[in-house]
Amino acid sequence: MLQGHFEIQLIAIVTAVACALPGVYLVLRRMTLMSDAISHAILPGIVLAFFLTHSLSSPLLILAAAGTGVLTVVFVELLQRTKLIKEDAAIGLTFPALFSIGVILISRFAGNVHLDIDAVLLGELAYAPLNRLKVAGYDLGPVSLYVMGVMLVLNLVFILLFYKELKLATFDASLAATLGFAPVLIHYGLMTLVSMTTVGAFDAVGSILVVALIAGPPATAYLMTDRLSRMLILSAVIGSVNAVSGYWVAYLFDVSIAGAIATMTLLIFGLVFLVVPNRGVIAIARRHARQKWEFAQTMLVIHLLNHEGLPEAEAESEITHLYEHLRWDPTFATQVVRYALNNQCVLQQETQLILTEQGRSIAQQALVQ
Amino acid sequence: METLNILNRFDYTLMIVAIGAALLGAVSGALGTYAVLRRQSLLGDAISHAALPGIAIAFLLTGSKTPLILVLGAAIAGWLGTLLIMSIVRMTRIKYDSALGVVLSTFFGFGLVLHTFIQRTGNANQAGLDTFLFGQAATILERDIVTMGILGSVAILITVIFWKELKLLIFDEGFAASLGFSTRALDILLTSLLVIAIVLGLQAVGAVLMSAMLVAPAVAARQWTDRLSVMMLLAACFGILAGVSGTIISSSASRIPTGPTIVLCATVVVGFSIVFALNRGLLWDWMRQRRNRQGLEAAANRLFKEPQQGGD
Repeated sequence: MLQGHFEIQLIAIVTAVACALPGVYLVLRRMTLMSDAISHAILPGIVLAFFLTHSLSSPLLILAAAGTGVLTVVFVELLQRTKLIKEDAAIGLTFPALFSIGVILISRFAGNVHLDIDAVLLGELAYAPLNRLKVAGYDLGPVSLYVMGVMLVLNLVFILLFYKELKLATFDASLAATLGFAPVLIHYGLMTLVSMTTVGAFDAVGSILVVALIAGPPATAYLMTDRLSRMLILSAVIGSVNAVSGYWVAYLFDVSIAGAIATMTLLIFGLVFLVVPNRGVIAIARRHARQKWEFAQTMLVIHLLNHEGLPEAEAESEITHLYEHLRWDPTFATQVVRYALNNQCVLQQETQLILTEQGRSIAQQALVQ
Repeated sequence: METLNILNRFDYTLMIVAIGAALLGAVSGALGTYAVLRRQSLLGDAISHAALPGIAIAFLLTGSKTPLILVLGAAIAGWLGTLLIMSIVRMTRIKYDSALGVVLSTFFGFGLVLHTFIQRTGNANQAGLDTFLFGQAATILERDIVTMGILGSVAILITVIFWKELKLLIFDEGFAASLGFSTRALDILLTSLLVIAIVLGLQAVGAVLMSAMLVAPAVAARQWTDRLSVMMLLAACFGILAGVSGTIISSSASRIPTGPTIVLCATVVVGFSIVFALNRGLLWDWMRQRRNRQGLEAAANRLFKEPQQGGD
């Protein structure tokens, strides 16, 4: 049982990292939905290869499915090139059509064979260790660990070898083309890897949740950093955290592991979305609030400065006068005055407001700007 | 007498399913027009996947399997998912596609968790998830048709009432905002309409293929016209065509599921439109290019040959 725990988590981590790495580039290139399309569209490829080999773990299956995945990318691009259809619609047309062909093939011809649509769509990580790689009678571990391990290494090698090219093609495709880096080639290389990774992962987590592994960690990391290298590392770490925590949630509540990993992906994304410094929802809300008060305070000190030392100064710096002059309602005006008092921009003498040195310099600065 | 009865009953079932598919095609075709024109074709995909946890929660809370309650849960979850996508895009630098991918897959994953949870507590049937994913057109009853008709008419009525506003929103959002329309409210209205269309289709074609029902008829219609009203009518007609022909084809042979067949029929309509549409179509384009080339060649011949003849 202990070994089972360990193996499933290891498979989950390797799958998550293998998916997250190319996912970073998909998120940055605004092509996340291509992975959604690929993961659905590989169904007919899997079905046809299954008819040929009668086995769900044959390497031919992965090749056929990866081929269908690349074919999907080509289809989408051909449709776009007619200029009659936009990219999103091209994706939305291509994958349901291919997926439909897959479903029809299954229900028409595979009725008696073991090829469950649920297994393809939803996967079941708990069963992954049952399918073991045996060479000459020795048990070398679960097959899917090897499959995803190979995909992880392939992805890593591709990214390390073409780091510079990928970066340039992602952030400035036309410059990459001008410099002779063949962004089209890199694009297809990346898409081939995404297809193969998706196929490798569908066995473990199913085709719909692959998207959570591909898009979730990079999107989360994208909120946290501005550097590509850090985003890659963060995505891998977040993917692993999602995988392990998802596994234990699934174990505790006795629910689908893949589903729990996706749920953890959502929770951790939501958490980062709320609390990350500078870009999080809370940080944004606090910045907005601070800016509102600062602006009001600046209005107040400018108003006081304008009338300072003039005959009407006494009347103008009455707190009650602010209501009509700045068109603030009484509660808001009281709050602004309190804010300015706290910041030592003004002093209160009975009902009068008097500028401090600090308040005067803020007002002068604002006027210069 | 006996056989005649069976035949009648068969035709009646087929007719009900066909009417349901036609209704679905009409509503999703018409409303899909907005999604396609706004370049949000995959929003339908997101809403339909995000609906799964709603169904599970509705069941957990009420313990009932009444379609209306489950559908309501689906609608709420799909709607919340879309709102989340919209706020992620508005508040962060994450782009639309990534936000959509994250919400779609993780909501679905959460739904799967709830589903397995319900299964293990032992008071649900296994068939639930399959029906959600692929639909079961054969189970459409007369009652469902009435519900679909009412919901669909409400959605269409809303598009008619807010015709001007929605048109402005899809073609020039900035202008709409500058005129004082609340684009966020209109956005939510549009999303709600799409949610209605998708909820209608969940039973017939299922979540996975529902997005195609929104996209395909509208894309096909786009090829034939440049006017929004005409496009919407055409998309509704194409939707009906795909729905009815898909139902008939799938009933004509055994073991051909209805949902995927309807989607393939819609895809064929798109293929036909892309190639043969007047003015925009590929064939038309090719003919125009050929005509231009011939005209150019003739002109070039005149230009270059005449001086030679008349010159030396």
